Amino acid sequence: MIVWPLICRFLLLLKWAGCTIVGCGFALAESGLAAASSGLQAADSGLFNAGQLPVVLKILPLAQSESITDRRISLPSWEQWQRVLLMQDYNTRVVILGTAMLGCAAGVVGCFTLLRKRALMGDALSHATLPGIALAFMTANAMGWQERSLPWLLLGATASGLVGVAAILAIRRLTHLKEDTALGIVLSVFFGCGIAMMGVIQQMQTGHAAGLESFILGKTASMGASDAKLIAAAALIATVVCVLLFKELKLLCFDEGFAGSQGFNVLSLDLVLMATVVLISIVGLQAVGLILMIALLIVPAAAARFWTEKMWEMLLIAAVLGLISGIVGAVASALFPRLPSGAMIVLTCAAFFIISMVFGTGSGVLVRTVRRLRLNRKVVRRHLLRAVFEALESQPNKTTPKGETKPKRTVSFNQILPMRSWSKPQLQRAAELAAREELITQVGEKLRFTRRGRLEAERLTREHRLWELYLITHADIAPSRVDREADRIEHVLEPDVVAELEEMLINTRQLVPESPHLIQANPSSANQNVADAGSGDAGSGDIDREASP
Amino acid sequence: MIGMLGETGWSWQLDGWIVLVAILCAVASALLGCFLVLRRMSMLGDAISHAVLPGLAVAFFISHSRSSLPMFIGAVIVGILTAFFTEWIHRVGRVDKGASMGVVFTSLFALGLVMIVQAADKVDLDAGCVLYGSIELTPLDTMSLLGFEIPRAVITLGIVTVINLAFVLFFYKELKLSSFDPSLATTLGFNASLMHYLLMILVAVTAVASFESVGSVLVVAMFVVPPAAAYLLTNQLGMMLLLSVLLAVSSAFLGHLGAIHVPSWFGFQSTTTSGMMAVAAGAIFLITMLCSPSQGVLVKLIRRQALSLQIIADDVVAVLFRREETEGEEPKSASVTENELIEIIFCGRWSLRLVLRWLDRRDEIRMHDNRVELTEKGRLRAQNLVRSHRLWERYLQDYAGVDPSRVHPQAEKLEHFTDPRLRQQLNSETDAPQIDPHGRPIPDEPDFDSNID
Amino acid sequence: MATPETETASTSPLSIYDLTVAYHRKPVIWDVEFDIPAGSLVGVVGPNGAGKSTLLKAAMDLIPRASGRVSVFGKTYRQNRHRVGYVPQREGVDWDFPVNALDVVTMGLYGKIGWCSPVRPSHRRAAMEALSRVGIAELAKRQISQLSGGQQQRTFLARALVQDADLYLMDEPFAAVDAATEKAVVEILRDMKDDGKTSVVIHHDLQTVPDYFDYVILLNMRVVAHGPVADVFTPENLNKTYGGRLTLLDEVSNAMRRRDRSL
Repeated sequence: MIVWPLICRFLLLLKWAGCTIVGCGFALAESGLAAASSGLQAADSGLFNAGQLPVVLKILPLAQSESITDRRISLPSWEQWQRVLLMQDYNTRVVILGTAMLGCAAGVVGCFTLLRKRALMGDALSHATLPGIALAFMTANAMGWQERSLPWLLLGATASGLVGVAAILAIRRLTHLKEDTALGIVLSVFFGCGIAMMGVIQQMQTGHAAGLESFILGKTASMGASDAKLIAAAALIATVVCVLLFKELKLLCFDEGFAGSQGFNVLSLDLVLMATVVLISIVGLQAVGLILMIALLIVPAAAARFWTEKMWEMLLIAAVLGLISGIVGAVASALFPRLPSGAMIVLTCAAFFIISMVFGTGSGVLVRTVRRLRLNRKVVRRHLLRAVFEALESQPNKTTPKGETKPKRTVSFNQILPMRSWSKPQLQRAAELAAREELITQVGEKLRFTRRGRLEAERLTREHRLWELYLITHADIAPSRVDREADRIEHVLEPDVVAELEEMLINTRQLVPESPHLIQANPSSANQNVADAGSGDAGSGDIDREASP
Repeated sequence: MIGMLGETGWSWQLDGWIVLVAILCAVASALLGCFLVLRRMSMLGDAISHAVLPGLAVAFFISHSRSSLPMFIGAVIVGILTAFFTEWIHRVGRVDKGASMGVVFTSLFALGLVMIVQAADKVDLDAGCVLYGSIELTPLDTMSLLGFEIPRAVITLGIVTVINLAFVLFFYKELKLSSFDPSLATTLGFNASLMHYLLMILVAVTAVASFESVGSVLVVAMFVVPPAAAYLLTNQLGMMLLLSVLLAVSSAFLGHLGAIHVPSWFGFQSTTTSGMMAVAAGAIFLITMLCSPSQGVLVKLIRRQALSLQIIADDVVAVLFRREETEGEEPKSASVTENELIEIIFCGRWSLRLVLRWLDRRDEIRMHDNRVELTEKGRLRAQNLVRSHRLWERYLQDYAGVDPSRVHPQAEKLEHFTDPRLRQQLNSETDAPQIDPHGRPIPDEPDFDSNID
Repeated sequence: MATPETETASTSPLSIYDLTVAYHRKPVIWDVEFDIPAGSLVGVVGPNGAGKSTLLKAAMDLIPRASGRVSVFGKTYRQNRHRVGYVPQREGVDWDFPVNALDVVTMGLYGKIGWCSPVRPSHRRAAMEALSRVGIAELAKRQISQLSGGQQQRTFLARALVQDADLYLMDEPFAAVDAATEKAVVEILRDMKDDGKTSVVIHHDLQTVPDYFDYVILLNMRVVAHGPVADVFTPENLNKTYGGRLTLLDEVSNAMRRRDRSL
């Protein structure tokens, strides 16, 4: 609920700054204030450095026993809420905007890597940047430059990230190893290499290796204006590339071979895509850390997939989810200083993912389950109505004591039980369902149509027979057109085809049960596979049919 | 070798234990890694080693202790949960496997981070030491077993290695089947998902046991890189397991040597062992990728070059042979210059020179003042070739119904791949013709045994 | 049709009753029912998209069904799974997997060997026999990706042979194989039939149906007809299954005439 005012505020900001998110970021960044050092930074610096797991094993023994029991999270005061939500703090503003832009761009890029089935590419690449950073640091050190010159380190990271991409593509092309193996090799070997180099850097007299580590592991809370600027630039480039090459990248993700045959250079397209991933990961790495960057590249895209089948919409949704996660995470950590912002961003993403997976309207679990159940129920209902109808159709007419003939109106369970593979309880359940829909009334073990049920059964039986006939007469094209789940046959087939089929049904002395006044039916035809209809010998020519509208 | 080690300050007391720990970790990981690679789950090791964070935190909350057993159990449980959730999201949500793995491990990691913060907010981080793995320190943490002081890591990893080895040996057949064709496995009464989860449990145990002592880099690398290299070297599963173990052992050993030596070239002391082990594994993989007998990139390249050179050699002798045929009565005198050959065969000057020198050394041609002549041996080779060529022309035109204008280029290709047996077969299938479709005589099969292919 | 618990249903190798498979997206099959006589060679034919593969998969519980009952030798598929051998389409396999043809065939025996016990030479001999039965014994040591399409298909068939099931379900074993393989596969199918095995084979080439099979199921989203080839494989039924593709039907009737002459 804290999200909405924030979004409004954010949108206002957008308007104010120009038109794009990126423009906004620049506007803020250029407002000239010096780099940050605020309460926020103090709040979760250090903790944030835990970008790699094994750290923890070392943390725990160090933890002081008082702090274990002290798990209170003090609720922020109203002023704090106000300050954060209205982004009164310059630093809060920078952090929130930075993470929001990052989430947005990562969501867009992530969609493509996800659909290219390379979701873990971001994982491999962000690990692969380490040797580049270390090497850049070492050369800078050797040359006597200022060791932590940001552009130089980023250049190193980019270069080694790209070498990693090249290595992955080379392994894929030159050997029979699969994608995941190529990723795993590059990830572990490059990271190992980087760690070995860091081991050397630690021995350098002049090196400030500790500073370098925080650079690698991320420092969300202390994100400064220059960082935000960088993120904004990278986000802009990545988004523009993805939008300009939307068509080509879509084709690449969908059908690599076809893209190649259409004259697109698959390799260079792949490289462009991977380069945007490298770009985003690198700016993200130093902003939010390794793992969290990977999460931003994967989770919003994977969550967006549950909502839509359209690529554009997926990009949009992923961008919005990434954006909201960035904002919510940053806000949460600003309000509760004990929650690390990077982790909060990922957890927000994860929450979105779970919600999307369950409730997603496109292919969410719930939707799919409901669809499946509904379909099954529809099939059962159709079977029941048709079975009752056909049983009635085949029954001899009842002769009343007065000598009149009257069509029988009820059908017993025993009559329709053998017609399908249902057990008695299943049949009972189907009948109850139909009764609830007021299609059938049940007395004891006898079933009887309501008026509505009779009409519905007629409609279903008619459609069934028409479909059967359609399959026979148009067998060559039928499988691609038959749609039993369509509401009405007329929605799928042209009216003249339907008319022709009906004609044919009548001519082959099969009934098109259209009217409630069917008097007599061919006793043999109802129970037989109606596929026999086309062979022309179904009836013996003595069927009366009262045609009525 | 051992003497060399001594020179460089290698101490068995220290380095021996370090290498042993690394080897145990490498073997345990590589054994399972083969199946991870084959099941396209190579990234699982990485995912698990990141994801166990909340397990550690919960174990800490519950036990309030720093002892490693509860932590170990907590980590393993979460590791297994990672595999389980990955599979579950993949199946139920129909998310690509890589993506579902990414979602699971990053979320668990973040969750763990938040929990850890609640547990300990005044943390003094020594990120560096842990990232690089503390394998160098393992010999210091010993416990006594049967009167010997043995590093704790050796014992834990030793147990894990034995378990993994037993698992792979006992369930070799089941692992093979369920990795290759899970549905057949289920049909035959082996529960494929049971095998899957057994494997996942062991992967989690191995990952946790390893990175506790040697850092996560090493175990992640050993899960993937040696099996991948072995996969390039063989197409037998048993062999692949064996090779990956051997490669893992050698990368552990070389990695430690490298950690001691490589930095000294640049004037530094030793560097992180586990990082260098991953690098060594990577180097071994690279060499394999280039030089593997069946898959190697270089090997394929060289083979292709050799074939094209052989074809040029064939062409050279055939050109000479044809010229001897057409130049009438004293055929033995036909000769060509290098330049003429280049024009006829369309080849580069350097490859031609190489071929000519090779042929000269094999005594198939003679060279004097820039002119090339056939020797008797070369003539036999040429005779075979021309015979193959003309038989093929005959066969293609009369029996395969190829258009007469196209038989020559096709025969040109086929002649290089025709051995005496195939030629014999061709001869009998075409009823031993005497002339080719262009009216030229088909030379007889030379009757000598020192055949040159 | 109205009596599901007839004798044939309980003893038939594969008896399908009232099978409906509904997808949100296609394909769909409905009201499929048939019994297969034991020891027969059954062809399942129908146009593309008619649900042939869906039928086999639904029979093996690989996809959920909306209604219907499948019995294999009178029990459910799960109970009698060991008596069923499935030969999948070739696409679904990782051909780079480090196993050779002999290994793949030996896998068919794993069920008999049981948990944890190793493969013995006798098993390998049995696998080798199966390989030579399908005519590729000399390729036993080849890695499977180095086999041609036809040889891969033969390997699968050999695996099914050693499995020694009583009912075989084969998804297009003749797709994209050379003529020699097709012939060899048919020979083996006939041998299997002589051994009393039942095979259900999805088939595409109408011309060869009368030659290969003795029982046929014509499927086009529902069963058009099923029965002995001589009774069922008629131009009218084919017309109902395939529609008015006359050239094709002409070919088939030619093929049938050829067969009549040869009888």
